[in-house]
Order: sequence, then C-alpha cells, then structure tokens
Amino acid sequence: MSFLEVTAQLANGFLTTLLIFGVTLVGAIPLGLLITLGSMSKIPPVKWIFKIFVWIIRGTPLMLQIILVFYGPGLMGLGVKFDRLMAVILAFIINYACYFSEIYRGGIESIPKGQYEAGQVLGMTKAQIFFKVVLFQVIKRIVPPMGNEIITLVKDTSLARVIAVVELVKAAETIVSLKSLIWPLFYVGAFYLLFTGIVTLLLNYAEKKLNYYQG
Amino acid sequence: MALLEVNGIFKRFGKTEVLKGIDFSMEKGEVLAIIGSSGSGKTTLLRCLNFLETPDSGRIVLNGDEIYNAENKYTDREIREKRLNFGLVFQSFNLFPQYTVLRNVCLAPEMMRINQSETKLTRADKARIKSEIAENARGLLASVGLSEKLMNYPCELSGGQQQRVAIARALAMEPVILCFDEPTSALDPELTGEVLRVIKELKDAGRTMILVTHEMGFARSAADKVIFMADGVIEEYGTPEEVFGSPRSEKTISFLEKSLENIT
Repeated sequence: MSFLEVTAQLANGFLTTLLIFGVTLVGAIPLGLLITLGSMSKIPPVKWIFKIFVWIIRGTPLMLQIILVFYGPGLMGLGVKFDRLMAVILAFIINYACYFSEIYRGGIESIPKGQYEAGQVLGMTKAQIFFKVVLFQVIKRIVPPMGNEIITLVKDTSLARVIAVVELVKAAETIVSLKSLIWPLFYVGAFYLLFTGIVTLLLNYAEKKLNYYQG
Repeated sequence: MALLEVNGIFKRFGKTEVLKGIDFSMEKGEVLAIIGSSGSGKTTLLRCLNFLETPDSGRIVLNGDEIYNAENKYTDREIREKRLNFGLVFQSFNLFPQYTVLRNVCLAPEMMRINQSETKLTRADKARIKSEIAENARGLLASVGLSEKLMNYPCELSGGQQQRVAIARALAMEPVILCFDEPTSALDPELTGEVLRVIKELKDAGRTMILVTHEMGFARSAADKVIFMADGVIEEYGTPEEVFGSPRSEKTISFLEKSLENIT
C-alpha cells in the first residue's frame, strides 16, 4: 500500500474525527451553560441533581459512557437504538458539557461581587448584569482552561473506535491488521499534531483578541 | 420638610447586629459625612440606602414618600426603581473593565431608557436617545476632568481617574442623593486630592451627598452635618464644629483622638 493510499484512507477516518469534534463542541458549549445554571441553582434539590450528575459523568470513563449509550437502550429494552456515530456524539456532548459546566462555574464565581453590585446600583436587571457586564469577563477568563479541554477533545475522539466507529485511529488499525503495516499507526500522530496545532493557533488568537483590557 | 428621613433601621447578619436603630434626616443640598471606626456599621447603613442590603426593620422616606418599609415586600422591579433615587460610588470603583470610559458611563442609562422602555422605540428614537446619553456623558466626564480619556479602558487609568469615572457613571443616572463608600480608601495618598476636589465641586453645585469616609479633614471642611457611628448606633450627630470641636460622647472623643494621632 502506497503512502498516498494510506493517506487517503486515513483522511477518510479523519473526516469522522472532525465530525465528532465539531458536533461535540457545538452541542456541549451551550449544554454546559445549562448544567452550570442548574448546579448553581438556589433550589437545593435542583442543585444536587445537577451536582450528582456531573459527579457521575466526570467520575466514570468516557469509554464506558460511549458503550452505555450504544448498548444501554437495547439492554434495557427501550426499543430505541442509536446509530454508532450518533451514540458516540451523544456520549461526547454529555461528557464534555459536564467538564465545560465546571469551567463556566469557576469563571462565573471568579467575577468580583462588586461588578454585580455596580450593575445593581445603576438599576440594571439581573439578566442585563449577566449578559452585559459579567458574561464577557467570564469568557475572557475561561478561554485558557477551555482551550485545554478542547485540545483533549481532539484526542479523545479516538475513543469512538470502542464501538467500531471508523475514526482516525480505527482507520489506521484497519490498515495495520489487513495489510500488516505498522507505520500508518504512527502516521496518525501527524494528523493529530496538525489538528491540535491549528486549534492552538485559533485559541491563541482568541486570547489575544480578548486581551485588549486587563482585569 | 426633610429630603431624606431614615427611621429605626435595624440590620443583623446571622447573630451579629450591625445596625441597632438608626434615625437621621437630611435636607436638600446637604452634605452628610458618616465617620466611625471599621465595623461600626457605616458602610452597612449606606448599603441599606442603596438596597444592596435589606434592613430587617425601619423605614426610609424620600421627599415625603415612604420608599421603603421593612414590613412590606417589594418586587425586584420595585427595588430597582427605588434604588435609582440613590447613586453609589464604591471604594473599589467597580468600573466595567471591558468597556471604554465613555461606555461605562452610557451603558446603564441606555439600558434604562431603551431596553427597559415601556413603549416600542423606532430605530431613529433609539439613535436619538443614544446620542443624548452620550452627549450628557461627555459633559459629565468633562466636569470630572476626563475629556481626554473617553476612549480609554479602565485598566489604562490611575485609581483617581477610575474613581472620577465612577462618579460620572453614578451621576449619569441622575440620583437624588449621591452616596460615597470610602471613595478614597483604595487610593494612593497623592491621588485622593483629585477625587476630593470633584466631591467638593459637586457640593458647590448643590448636590445632596452622603459620604462615608476616613478622611477626617475632608469631612470637617466639606460636610454640613457629621454622623459619628459606633457599634451600630449614631453616637454623635451635628455640624462639623460640634462633632469635631466639642464632642459630647466618650466614644467620639476617643475615636477623634486616635484619628488625630495618625495624622501627627
């Protein structure tokens, strides 16, 4: 198998990797905010339900969660069954939303009380204070930790192969077993490096853009 | 009739009683200084007037209208409207770091007049209101000596300049009474003068103000009336000459002696 053929096959797997990555981000970023609001709720039962949920999701392996989402509904006789890719994306969105929610919570709690009070004495509503005063400052503060998670997500996508979704690593493994070639497996490292490199540049750009003020 | 009447304000945090029955009144155009050691309740009193704290009992009467009575329940919206009678300048400025100086001053008036407007505004209306607000903000910032800094961000200003922006921001909401919570305590000594000068100018322009401060000299020269607070009560009340010149209470005398020691 030539280098070009291997590259073409890996590129095919890479598209799936990209898809998992992109859809997870689009789903988990807003879902995370919802979980944050829940876990910061002033109603104790709501708060505890969300806190326990986050504990379970963060406390168990993502690989296990993928398997559970894929096989779970069938085993419980629910009559629904997710498509493999669908199951992977669902598990990823829930898992990452929980991690994001904790980053958001940290960011929101790091904003000084004085910012809320300044908004209050100027007659702003709670929503106005959140959206016009606090939110932007939170975004600035959470870009670095979010960057960490996003880069981890790039590589976590390889867990999808546990239910036979042909992403990048699975594509390489297929070549390894069918063609008895080992080097394609190492070659996938280059794909990940390129991908995380681009993501890093984008994150640096965002950080720089937000750095027009201090504090 | 007094502009502001405060009757029987009590406030406790958990088991600590911070305010134990505060009564005072003030006239229009008066400057009232509140002095006292840390923990005497002076900041809490100011925060009660701005509805950042809810008094456990007592009432607040402004211009003859009872705007607060601890026996009544108020909605968020009502509190928001009542609170606008008072402006507050914080010790730590609390400017919005992501906005320019001009935007810091315009933001709240715009939200009040545009986003919270009862009637539907046309695009032209909005543009007109915005330019009115910006015009007014420029005027206020000029009056605190910051015309050159309109497009700067708070982090690019000195503490004294930031506090002057905060004063302009509070004035933009046209409060009946402007309150200051230790406005110079977070400033380097050489920067307090510029802030005190602005407060003095506001007094000369006839603005009604309540000033919680540690600057005894300033309280003495700029205030019309002085309240000395200790342990959650008003220990002494009178003109600066009375309070500083011939204090009657033991606590006032010992507080003033200690404060003067620090100066010399």
